[in-house]
Amino acid sequence: MTRSATARRTSTPARLLRAPVAAAGAVIIGVYLLAAASAPVLSPHDPLAMASRSLLVPPGGPFPLGTDQFGRDLLSRLLYGARVSLAVSFASVVLALAGGGAAGIASGYYGGPVDGLLMRVMDVIFAFPAVLLAIAIMAVAGTAVWTVIVAIGVVYTPQFARVSRAGVLATRGLEYVEAAAAMGAGARRILLRHILPNISAPLIVQTSLSLSLAILTESALSFLGLGTQPPTPSWGNMLAESRRFMALAPWTAVFPGATIATVVLGFNLLGDGLRDLLDPRLGA
Amino acid sequence: MTAFIAGRLLALLPVLWGVSILVFLLIHLIPGDALQLFLGTQVAMTPAQMEELRRLFGINKALPWQYADWVGRLFHGDFGVSLRTSRPVLPDILARLPVSAELAALALLIALGIALPVGILSALRRGTAADAAIRLGGLVGLSVPNFWLATLLLLLLPGRLLPIASIGMYVRFFANPVGNLAVMLLPAVSLGVVLAAVIMRYVRSALLEVLANEYVRTARAKGLREHRVINRHALRNALIPVITVVGFQAGYLLGGTVVIEEVFALPGMGRLALTAISQRDYPVVQGVVLVIALLFVLTNVVVDLLYAYVDPRVRFG
Repeated sequence: MTRSATARRTSTPARLLRAPVAAAGAVIIGVYLLAAASAPVLSPHDPLAMASRSLLVPPGGPFPLGTDQFGRDLLSRLLYGARVSLAVSFASVVLALAGGGAAGIASGYYGGPVDGLLMRVMDVIFAFPAVLLAIAIMAVAGTAVWTVIVAIGVVYTPQFARVSRAGVLATRGLEYVEAAAAMGAGARRILLRHILPNISAPLIVQTSLSLSLAILTESALSFLGLGTQPPTPSWGNMLAESRRFMALAPWTAVFPGATIATVVLGFNLLGDGLRDLLDPRLGA
Repeated sequence: MTAFIAGRLLALLPVLWGVSILVFLLIHLIPGDALQLFLGTQVAMTPAQMEELRRLFGINKALPWQYADWVGRLFHGDFGVSLRTSRPVLPDILARLPVSAELAALALLIALGIALPVGILSALRRGTAADAAIRLGGLVGLSVPNFWLATLLLLLLPGRLLPIASIGMYVRFFANPVGNLAVMLLPAVSLGVVLAAVIMRYVRSALLEVLANEYVRTARAKGLREHRVINRHALRNALIPVITVVGFQAGYLLGGTVVIEEVFALPGMGRLALTAISQRDYPVVQGVVLVIALLFVLTNVVVDLLYAYVDPRVRFG
């Protein structure tokens, strides 16, 4: 391999370093993932343990971020809540990526009636405001963890379908794809080996931005009592529980919201940074 | 233009058909017997009586027939009857529509009021510290949950300013305009800030793109003053596409009203739906979801037409 060829193939971490915005986002997300993974180690208290002698204790001392109205440690609940909120959001975006990606690729590659049918289905999902559709699905399907995942996953599927369809349409007619077809490559090989690598960049950007929306949607559902159910802590239901006590104990409302905003900012920074990196024409 | 409008409306039909199927199925996929849900657990009936009731409600037929019945009734304005109040669903929803519509409109107004000047400033000061601060501010604005912002505003503002932040004190605009706006201000701000961030980012990049065009350089080259170049040549072209963004974001606004109405106890459609969900009053839930989806679809058509009206390239292109 020649020198210039190796220089062009810099690894993703190295490229991230040259894009400080994306790197900042990646660092925030990394810290959150680490904190969620090591919640049992980092938590000073049991997130569900109630202590009647320490209700609504201000931050400091044995309770770094204070306690809630049942005397539960806020920091421990935020750490365990990170597991729920992040796991649900990741799972739902993976679902949307798989479903939307497959639908978009099939649509773009086969065209014709397949394209027409799949895209009309996506249009119908798109015709509902995201939060409203998620609320409606939760209302009828019940509030189990997997229904939250499906509800959010369905809502963000059309974006992935559109992005991957557009990518396939832009790549399908290129000479190297036609050359591969002429050499007898099957549809499966062409899609996986020749087309997918070329649409992965926009899909990665979409994944990051969808994750930020999924976290916001999960917390909104939990806030409305339609997502993660108490006593299991999630950032959204912690905010909901804080509403009656926030005048007395503002920390119960401030910390969960700040936690959500920070990690969502992380995904937005990463998404924005990656887009600038992968497609210099946009943003600027 | 007429052909364009006709085309757009025609393209609407399959979407509306799909929306109606999805909303219909939503309710019919509820686990359990719809009749049992309606009757509750208190009423004991013989199987024969149950069968008679099923026939009366029209739910003894196959699903496609039930769908046809349902759509037929929709066209007559019959959106079903509430399981709790036994009142027709549609009038109750329409009575609350103005609250949600006003909230969304005020939020949009606030968002545009912030986004246009800030976005333009950011583009014109590209690369400066002010631009960097505005861009970061925009990203932060995108990341803050609107219901948390609402909570923070309530937390920071009460006391002497309580009249502004009064919860559950909704008055109709035409009954008391000042009182109405005072109550709606905080909810609209909570909803509008995120939208301001979205639109601001768009205004900035659209203006930057236009400023790089040849005709802008020509305008400058022929000696026009900078403010004239910006106002007459660049802004006009940069701001037209903003209409489309507003259309995309109508979904955020309509979905956001549901959450914000709950926080501020505003008697809008969203709060009606959430109350209905907690009471398992499915016809009301179904009605609200259908009405909001229709509003969203129609908003997008209006935005499309508006865009085509302002920019002839779309009509003839």
